[in-house]
Amino acid sequence: MATKVHMEALSPTMEEGRLVKWTKHEGDAVKSGETIAEVETDKAVMELVARADGQLLKVMAPEGATVPVGNVVAWIGKPGEKVDGAGSQEPGSGAAKPAPAAAPAKPAPAAASPAPAPAPVAAPADATRVKASPLARRIAKDAGVDLKLVQGSGPGGRVIKRDVEGGATQTRAAAPAPGSRLPAPGVPYEDVPLTQIRKTIAKRLVASIGPIPHFFLTTEIDMERAAEARDALNKQLGEEGGKISFNDIIIKAVALALAQHRACNAWFQEDHIRYWNEVHIGMAVAIEDGLITPVIRNADLKSLRQIGAESRDLAGKARNRRLKPEEYTGSTFSLSNLGMFDIDQFTAVINPPEAGIIAVGSIAPKAVPEGDRIVARRRTRLTMSCDHRVIDGATGAAFLKTLKQMLENPLAMLL
Amino acid sequence: MATLTYRDALNQALREEMQRDQNVFLMGEEVGVYQGAYKVSRGLLEEFGPKRIVDTPIAELGFAGIGVGAAMGGLRPVIEFMTWNFAVLAMDQIVNSAAKMLYMSGGQINLPIVFRGPNGAALQLASQHSQAWESWVSHIPGLKVVAPATPADAKGLLKSAIRDNNPVIVLEGEMLYNLKGDVPDGEHLVPIGKAEIKREGRDVTLVCHSKTLAVATKAAEMLAEQDLSAEVLDLRSLRPLDEAAILDSVRKTNRAVVVEEGWPHAGIGAQIVDLIQRDAFDDLDAPVQRITQADVPMPYNKHLERAAKASPEKVVAAARRVLYLE
Repeated sequence: MATKVHMEALSPTMEEGRLVKWTKHEGDAVKSGETIAEVETDKAVMELVARADGQLLKVMAPEGATVPVGNVVAWIGKPGEKVDGAGSQEPGSGAAKPAPAAAPAKPAPAAASPAPAPAPVAAPADATRVKASPLARRIAKDAGVDLKLVQGSGPGGRVIKRDVEGGATQTRAAAPAPGSRLPAPGVPYEDVPLTQIRKTIAKRLVASIGPIPHFFLTTEIDMERAAEARDALNKQLGEEGGKISFNDIIIKAVALALAQHRACNAWFQEDHIRYWNEVHIGMAVAIEDGLITPVIRNADLKSLRQIGAESRDLAGKARNRRLKPEEYTGSTFSLSNLGMFDIDQFTAVINPPEAGIIAVGSIAPKAVPEGDRIVARRRTRLTMSCDHRVIDGATGAAFLKTLKQMLENPLAMLL
Repeated sequence: MATLTYRDALNQALREEMQRDQNVFLMGEEVGVYQGAYKVSRGLLEEFGPKRIVDTPIAELGFAGIGVGAAMGGLRPVIEFMTWNFAVLAMDQIVNSAAKMLYMSGGQINLPIVFRGPNGAALQLASQHSQAWESWVSHIPGLKVVAPATPADAKGLLKSAIRDNNPVIVLEGEMLYNLKGDVPDGEHLVPIGKAEIKREGRDVTLVCHSKTLAVATKAAEMLAEQDLSAEVLDLRSLRPLDEAAILDSVRKTNRAVVVEEGWPHAGIGAQIVDLIQRDAFDDLDAPVQRITQADVPMPYNKHLERAAKASPEKVVAAARRVLYLE
């Protein structure tokens, strides 16, 4: 009997996926583990693989359609086998929403003699049992990777070495965003449908600024000594490479300050607040078509050099859309830096369920009174957005004071 | 270092060991006057005389038994079987006398004897004369089994076999006797129980021995053309098995294909796979594959015979399977 192909949850937060392309078509032979379609999730374009051998009998959702996770998008079975197209949706779930241009899938003719109800089909991916080679299992365990989040490329979706090593991750760069193309002359505007990542950003930011009572605290910080420290460290690193940036120093200082102010290192969880003992800093990275916040884990325990190397690596992966789910989830506090765009000061929107985010402005010389004289000193403005349900004004101010002390006297980070 | 054929490397090993130790003697069908069915004993009758190069009747069980008795009496016999297909007749002496003497005499009687001869298929000798017996002899506690693939290993392993104080089975090959290779002069001993990496690689381990070394090497060359790096591990000894070498290689490549001449059921490869799955489980990225002779009596028909044997193409396909490339 034919096997259903479901829209699978290809990222931990995915609720629906857009069928970018069917790489197999009705009538094509497919093998278990073979890619049959490309699906845009809220994070990346992923491959949907067959979970059975046979022929792709029927495609239930056209290219461009957005389909909720769990819905049937196709059937695989023996050539000639009949599938009940109309009755194939899971009870209670909506039908696939086809793109405007595509014709809706027709229900099976009512006149046909009633087909027997399809027998229950095993779930495509057993949630509790992950097929993985022993080696992949060991690598995942050593690296702390949850195998359930890894898409296997072996037979039957078996997770193998290459899937957990990242040498051939299933994510791939999306096609250039339509909005980035040069407009054709004489066309007043271009309508661009929302991509999944845009939708996710919208949903999450609305979820943030709406129900979250934000307030903002700004402080100006003298960066002269941080600049001296940075120059001295980079001189010492010299040929070894791996230069340290202001951003790395700020990440480290924020992490250390959070370690001292657990009240700001917290998640709002509806009926409770989770105060974190570990400090994982989310770092907003602009990517084509949006932004994502890869995470530097345990940043308070890492050296500037480690932080520098990791942030470069994560930012590169983010721009190439090669971040693995575990690399962009689980941050306890975030940082957004628009200094390089010459923004003096701004407010950032909290990345829920975190309780705070710091927006970093440009580092620029400012006229500062020093005794009777006016001197030029490099300064920056940090603005912290706080979730008032977790952080009160004084709490946030105390945290910022520690952070300011660390940045103005980087030696304090050694304490 | 001289370039010798496999046959002459064996001849050199026999000559050197007979010169070195007067207790060593060679016995078998046509070993003397005819100088060996495959000319392994060329010149030996002339040099050592009929007391040490002994022609026998066509009676494998009989002369194998004489060999066992001679070894019990303190000599070091080398028993040549014209092929291992005929040695089946002598199995009772090999298994019940030679292999068990030390054990059943409570450690009193060592049995320093070598049983040697060509093993496996040649070309179009049909099913009764084209059999690979390594899993039979390797099954028996009390026997050591070596299966050299190169002239140098043939010399080094035969010399080690003759000096060993236990029964050693030396599996040669009709298709190997003309194989040429560099052979170290004089004292060249290859230890029994030591495998050798004949070609280094990263992506997959091809485990082989005897004639399948050539099959695996050719497969490795074909894989290299596809940018796949295969390691060729020549077992050389089948009992004792160099378990450390197998495990080290599999831990490096995470994948293995075992290539052997014999039939699949209860073959040598099954023993290797058993070892790998148990002791390298966490290093495996794919189930181990085996390439064996087809599970049928060897066909006489040339095309069918070729189809039944292990081939580089079959090994390449198996290597690609364990690499998840097909």
